Amino acid sequence: MKQVFGRPETLTSVPTHYCPGCTHGIIHRLIAEVIDELGVREKTIGISPVGCAVLAYDYFNCDFVEASHGRAPAVATGIKRTLPDSVVFCYQGDGDLASIGAAEIIHAATRGEKITVIFVNNAIYGMTGGQMAPTTLPGQKTTTSPRGRNVESAGYPIRVAELLSSLSGVAYIARVSATSPANVTKAKRAVKKAFETQINGKGFSLVEFLSTCPINWGMSPLEAMKWVDDKMSVYYPLGDYTRVPEVG
Amino acid sequence: MQEEVIFAGFGGQGVLLIGQLVTYAGMIEGANVSWMPSYGPEMRGGTANCTVVVSSREVSSPLVVEPTSLIALNKPSLDKFTPWVKPGGLIIYNSSLIESLPERTDVRVLAVPANEVANEIGDIRIANMVALGAYLATTRAVGCNTVLDAMKKVLPERRHNLIPLNRQALARGIEIASVWHSRDQGEVSGAQ
Amino acid sequence: MGEKVLMKGNEAIAEGAILADCRHFFGYPITPQNEIPEYMSRRMPEVGGVFLQAESEVAGSNMVYGAACAGARVMTTSSSPGISLMQEAISYVAGAELPCVFVNIVRGGPGLGGIQGSQADYFQATKGGGHGDYKLIVLAPASVQELMDLTVEAFDLADMYRNPVLLLGDAILGQMMEPVVIRERAKVDLPPKTWATTGAKGRPKNVITSLSLDPAKLEEHNLSLAEKYARISNEQVRYMTYMADDAETLLVAYGTSARIAQAAIDMARERGLKVGLFRPISLWPFPYDALQLTAQGSLRVLVVEMSLGQMVEDVRLATGNSKSVHFYGRTGGMTPTPREVLNEIERIVEEGI
Repeated sequence: MKQVFGRPETLTSVPTHYCPGCTHGIIHRLIAEVIDELGVREKTIGISPVGCAVLAYDYFNCDFVEASHGRAPAVATGIKRTLPDSVVFCYQGDGDLASIGAAEIIHAATRGEKITVIFVNNAIYGMTGGQMAPTTLPGQKTTTSPRGRNVESAGYPIRVAELLSSLSGVAYIARVSATSPANVTKAKRAVKKAFETQINGKGFSLVEFLSTCPINWGMSPLEAMKWVDDKMSVYYPLGDYTRVPEVG
Repeated sequence: MQEEVIFAGFGGQGVLLIGQLVTYAGMIEGANVSWMPSYGPEMRGGTANCTVVVSSREVSSPLVVEPTSLIALNKPSLDKFTPWVKPGGLIIYNSSLIESLPERTDVRVLAVPANEVANEIGDIRIANMVALGAYLATTRAVGCNTVLDAMKKVLPERRHNLIPLNRQALARGIEIASVWHSRDQGEVSGAQ
Repeated sequence: MGEKVLMKGNEAIAEGAILADCRHFFGYPITPQNEIPEYMSRRMPEVGGVFLQAESEVAGSNMVYGAACAGARVMTTSSSPGISLMQEAISYVAGAELPCVFVNIVRGGPGLGGIQGSQADYFQATKGGGHGDYKLIVLAPASVQELMDLTVEAFDLADMYRNPVLLLGDAILGQMMEPVVIRERAKVDLPPKTWATTGAKGRPKNVITSLSLDPAKLEEHNLSLAEKYARISNEQVRYMTYMADDAETLLVAYGTSARIAQAAIDMARERGLKVGLFRPISLWPFPYDALQLTAQGSLRVLVVEMSLGQMVEDVRLATGNSKSVHFYGRTGGMTPTPREVLNEIERIVEEGI
């Protein structure tokens, strides 16, 4: 009998610790499928962040390094500069990438490091219990913005894809979501393109996923998916943000 | 033998270079040597200086606060380091830029019009070499020919064309010291 | 034996790293160690290596973490405020047992401090500057030759024990020039880096992490680190002595202070005072036993440091209550002169304390 669906080789059989309705699992699977399809599992090194995905190394069946909070792009730089033929990807959340690791992501991007970053933006600090993130929407309630994010005092959420797209080292950058089969298909195309960009030596690539956190958002999984489509996608429009910036 | 010398002047007068030349020459001659520069903001605008130790024994402290010799190419460095010089030591100062004599009676003092001599030869940048020549002739810490050998190592290749000019400047410095010695200090044959 | 060349201390460190087959350098400019990244930016491309100027010491030290994960011989260098920023990565590499070399060309602190030489980072270097139960191997050279030789050795020690090594210099050592003989490197048998994350080709995946959410497992890991640290303490204690055999007054100093102490000892001996020197070269592991033994015949101990007195605590641990331990130091980038040290020797000898 022909098998039409199964676990990608790049995923382990370990059940994940992610909450119901969270899209980390889908994103993991998309990355694993792409690595399988590109046939690069044996030369891939992943870097997990500090955040909900800190244990990603348990779920991926490839070499993995756990970085300190926000430093994944610097760690990835060290690895890639040592092993230029390897495939190196960072898996980072919004607090990790856009707050504490803002300097590292900007400089890895502007250097055109030949790495791929999967940026999972769910507008909240999930692992620590639902605090305000750099990407928390205006008015959004969190445990450290109990009356809703007040932009007067807390400032505005960061649009990472738009921000990084101005840098000449960025060869591919896109924002996707995993809220529907159609969006998942588009997301996978983006992930694949990002890895291909790295493999072809073109420069830095990043895919920003709008993701969910039903537990900390206080929603059902379905409501969370709808919130991504109705609210997050308005502030953070989906699409390809790659520019071919003028160099020099 | 333990020669502990401070070379001091404005940044750009080449005091670090002549210090390095003495250090390198000492090394070639088999002596124990060390070179310690001033660095950082102190060098911007103020005085630049370096301390050189040339010794027959292992160099213990590379820092020198009681030098046996001082070569001062400008007034601020002369003022700063004059009190440091060991009694019986030597002060060579650039009389082209410094009018007043150092206020010490317990040391030997040699005035070298380094800038004027350098200008006569045709390049103000070699004033440091004139002073170095006078120093070598007076102390014989290292040989003048060894300093010329050291120049080939210390100067980058593209600057080797300056060596003949530097040799001329050294010779003039040696001459000045010799005249001074034969007049004030008895017979000394400084020129080598 | 190679030719004698005149080198700046900072350059000797850089060339020492090249000699040790270090081919990856990540750094960020800070005085007084800028000659090292400058030298590396010129030299690394010549030997097919990687030089990268990082956006910060935080990033640079995490690049070191990454390169070490990938199996590289890797180094970063900085000075006190920059080393403070690297403490995060240092704790992580120690926890993940990654071989790599850090260099601290110490300047006066605290805070932004100054740029003159200091030894005020002793506690940070030897007592755990970052979080958690860990130790760095800390080496303290006292000459330009030693800066080079100990840099070469640092890489072997790092690989041998899978442990970060810190070379603790100071601005004076970094800036000074002395003759150096570039020696052929002794080949050391080192374990293969089978743990490195180089891609899981033909083997199960490798994972490098310092995370252990189960406290029992973390304790087990820390106990295995402790076992390693005990082994290093047995095998890697380094020190030297100078005129210590008949010394009634034993000076204890490392790095630049040891050079100054040696000059003071020469002056004291000329005056007929029996003074000697004990110089720790490995600050961790600290030579407690050797110091206790050396100090046995002395009447008193005088610790000389370019700080308010940090190593003096280890000296007291070594000698216990059996000796009076005195301290003389200058701080903030000031350096004790040999005459000042001599005065202190004379004072404690005269007072019979």
